[in-house]
Amino acid sequence: MSRTPLDTVEHAAATPDVELPWAELGLKKDEYERVVEILGRRPTGAELAMYSVMWSEHCSYKSSKVHLRQFGEKAPESDALLVGIGENAGVVDVGQGYAVTFKVESHNHPSYVEPYQGAATGVGGIVRDIIAMGARPVAVVDPLRFGAADHPDTKRVLPGVVAGIGGYGNCLGLPNIGGEVVFDACYQGNPLVNAGAIGVMRHEDIHLAKASGAGNKVILYGARTGGDGIGGASILASETFDDAKPSKRPAVQVGDPFQEKLLIECTLEAFAEKLVVGIQDLGAAGLSCATSELASNGSGGMRVTLDDVPLRDSTLSPEEILMSESQERMCAVVEPAKVDRFLEICEKWDVIATVIGEVTDGDRLEIFWHGGKIVDVDPRTVAHDGPVYERPYARPDWQDALQADDANKLPRPASAAELKAQVLKLVGSPNQASKKWITSQYDHFVQGNTVLAQPEDSGMIRVDEESGLGVAIATDGNGRYAKLDPYTGAQLALAEAYRNVATTGAKPLAVSDCLNFGSPEDPAVMWQFAEAVRGLADGCLQLGTPVTGGNVSLYNQTGEAAIHPTPVVAVLGVIDDVARRTPVAFQEEGQLLYLLGDTREEFGGSAWSQVVHDHLGGLPPAVDLERERLLAEILISASRDGMIDSAHDLSDGGLVQAVVESALLGGKGARLVVPDGLDAFTFLFSESAGRAVVAVPRSEELRFTDMCGARGLPATRVGVVDGAAVEVQGEFALTLDELRETHENTIPALLA
Amino acid sequence: MTARIGVVTFPGSLDDRDTRRAIRIAGAEPVALWHKDKDLKQVDAVVLCGGFSYGDYLRAGAIARFSPVMEPLIEQAKAGLPVLGICNGFQILTEAHLLPGGMLGNDHLHFICRDQKLRVENAETAWTGDYRQGQEISIPLKNMDGRYVADARTVDALEAEGRVVFRYLDVNPNGSLNDIAGITNEAGNVVGLMPHPEHAVEPLIGTGRTDGLPFFTSILKKLVNA
Repeated sequence: MSRTPLDTVEHAAATPDVELPWAELGLKKDEYERVVEILGRRPTGAELAMYSVMWSEHCSYKSSKVHLRQFGEKAPESDALLVGIGENAGVVDVGQGYAVTFKVESHNHPSYVEPYQGAATGVGGIVRDIIAMGARPVAVVDPLRFGAADHPDTKRVLPGVVAGIGGYGNCLGLPNIGGEVVFDACYQGNPLVNAGAIGVMRHEDIHLAKASGAGNKVILYGARTGGDGIGGASILASETFDDAKPSKRPAVQVGDPFQEKLLIECTLEAFAEKLVVGIQDLGAAGLSCATSELASNGSGGMRVTLDDVPLRDSTLSPEEILMSESQERMCAVVEPAKVDRFLEICEKWDVIATVIGEVTDGDRLEIFWHGGKIVDVDPRTVAHDGPVYERPYARPDWQDALQADDANKLPRPASAAELKAQVLKLVGSPNQASKKWITSQYDHFVQGNTVLAQPEDSGMIRVDEESGLGVAIATDGNGRYAKLDPYTGAQLALAEAYRNVATTGAKPLAVSDCLNFGSPEDPAVMWQFAEAVRGLADGCLQLGTPVTGGNVSLYNQTGEAAIHPTPVVAVLGVIDDVARRTPVAFQEEGQLLYLLGDTREEFGGSAWSQVVHDHLGGLPPAVDLERERLLAEILISASRDGMIDSAHDLSDGGLVQAVVESALLGGKGARLVVPDGLDAFTFLFSESAGRAVVAVPRSEELRFTDMCGARGLPATRVGVVDGAAVEVQGEFALTLDELRETHENTIPALLA
Repeated sequence: MTARIGVVTFPGSLDDRDTRRAIRIAGAEPVALWHKDKDLKQVDAVVLCGGFSYGDYLRAGAIARFSPVMEPLIEQAKAGLPVLGICNGFQILTEAHLLPGGMLGNDHLHFICRDQKLRVENAETAWTGDYRQGQEISIPLKNMDGRYVADARTVDALEAEGRVVFRYLDVNPNGSLNDIAGITNEAGNVVGLMPHPEHAVEPLIGTGRTDGLPFFTSILKKLVNA
């Protein structure tokens, strides 16, 4: 039996003609040639493995980078930003010495292949990003999008995804406080499973992913490395699904939340004792990513002995070890004198920890296996100098026809009875129905700091028990709006998340985003992407909320059919005292309902047009970010000064959806009066942006309307909290029981 | 004069910090106990909190029950030390045979998190003295394996001896026999329940009610007046 010789650097130099499977690993020909050019020789198998995963779309952002630069170039001045784009997650100053880190990421492709594990490891990955910044994770949120609610495959994917998120997050002890669940046939073969997390730390505890100080030790700790997820980054996230190819199941990782919980506790204990110089989690591209990023962000080089990596499967090749995406692993850089203490803490938590290498004073990343040098690269060329594509983009030729198909011209209800029937149909439609069946599978209460959780407008967590300082987060996105106009659609997502944070009484500070699109190789998709990024960057500049980081997910496409362009935006806010938060639920009968903002005939992309006419066309609602900012200021002031007792943002479904939700949550009805100048239909269903409905105690009415008047925000009295029905005077009444049954039964009937 | 109440952290415990906070809010002194501790640091009572000890990949609580700290705990509980088991803690107490019966997976097979209504069926245990007999309270429930089961003779005995301490009202969220949410041992010093009183001790937080606080004030009063 002959053995293939180890493909060392020396061997590679001596055998220039050996063909390597670069195409199977997802590299294009010119990319492979670039690797050869960088190295001045053919890469070793191990080097090829590293370049292929690190230069994949998922890790290198090669198609999106040229557009994403705008987030930096157009970044607004912000005193709040402590760490910006480029680190594991952004960090924001929330006052009183506290810093908050947050980020949203996608785990779309794995969740379609294997819903439970795909979604579970999505939570695991985002949480490790948060720990890697030095923070204790305090909450998670999950914006989810699935195919049609009544499609049989949705019944396969959704319960698995929800159980995976719950199974992992609940076991980690992280309250799940927000997110979204949206159904649309466009996501049928490409569900979007985005996961967000928030962490809290003191300013002085911020940690970065860099390896500096020659002689410092590189410690790999957490789970053993196995064969799961090999090539996940390059193959799964960077290629379009194709029915003809064999099952990709083995490329999805398997999560162990218990191991992650131990990882959180032992990492935080090591941070508290100031034992860590630099830290990086192992996510996509595993050790390839962690070693090359740590080394390239630091001052020196790094030498790693791969034989020392604890393995779950002793037959793994060095290439596989470098590419493995086994979960629940982290890499820390520790001064030699502190290594023993670090290992002691890991042992206390039963976490396996191994010194696998050290920082050198050179500038190379060198990796050894069985005594041979199998990697010798400039780490920057792996981590940062990946290819950058100026993908062609062009406004699709169907865009004009889509926008010309005006939703405002759709037939409207002709009678009060028809209006009533459409209201009932709307609040019982899968997208507008209660998601309690889903969210009740997530723990909202753990850690004992949850002030607000879904279905509130934003999730809110208390940060400081003494002062009541808190943070709020909302995630929003509307693929239908973005399909009609990606620039405006992205701004509407930003505006809605911003408004949702302000509606609960918190001041919006910063943004993270998860940009979900089809194939970048399609110029139409690339145009949608470019427009959405431009819209979001412009919007963030205008609102003064910098983008702190995020994630791009491309290739959400099966064959020719791409998903709707779906930029999901997370806005983080701060509230000085959580006791002043404003809930959605109506609190007291007799309180006056005020509609804030302007209502126009805007039905393009609306829930009404979808539910009643199965229609998508026209233009999305207009965006006025100055108005959004004014509305937010009013909502925050009113909350702080006790002028409103409940508030709800108006978005998909319009005013009637918001009022029904507030009524059902509060167990109190409302009597509505159609204001002058509006017809009942537009009043109830319009989706004009920049609006909210608030409940004002009678004693505060004058003070509140004076404030709105003085600052130029339209505030129209539209009704009163009253009774056990939602009644629109002169039109119809629906009892709360009737509404509740319709609103709450839809999802369990489809999915339970 | 206050009381020192221990809270054990197992690997995978989740509500240890929350439980210590609840004890502090009630006016007692929380003491952190580690699963490898071989003594109980002279505490006056112990809470086994919620979570997924050792991941609960085996039967919930089955591994934690063999942790070093359980040895002195079992011995002293039998001698009268007040012990409260919440959720995973309740599961551990049944595994340790300090309480009868056991827990199976929820009958609907999903994790369930809800604001749960309960009736206090026994206001005379060490942990329930501040409730009224028959009082209805609402506290959060969150579990995967919460279906209380026991053989018929055990259930009959629990009922006959008034050892069912809490019963689910309105909804039986997991298929527990006789709607049993919590039970006590014969002496009344050991209590276990699935819902989470430590998550209902502050207005604004969680459900915004404080229906769980009497657990912690009950034990404090009992210990201080002892």
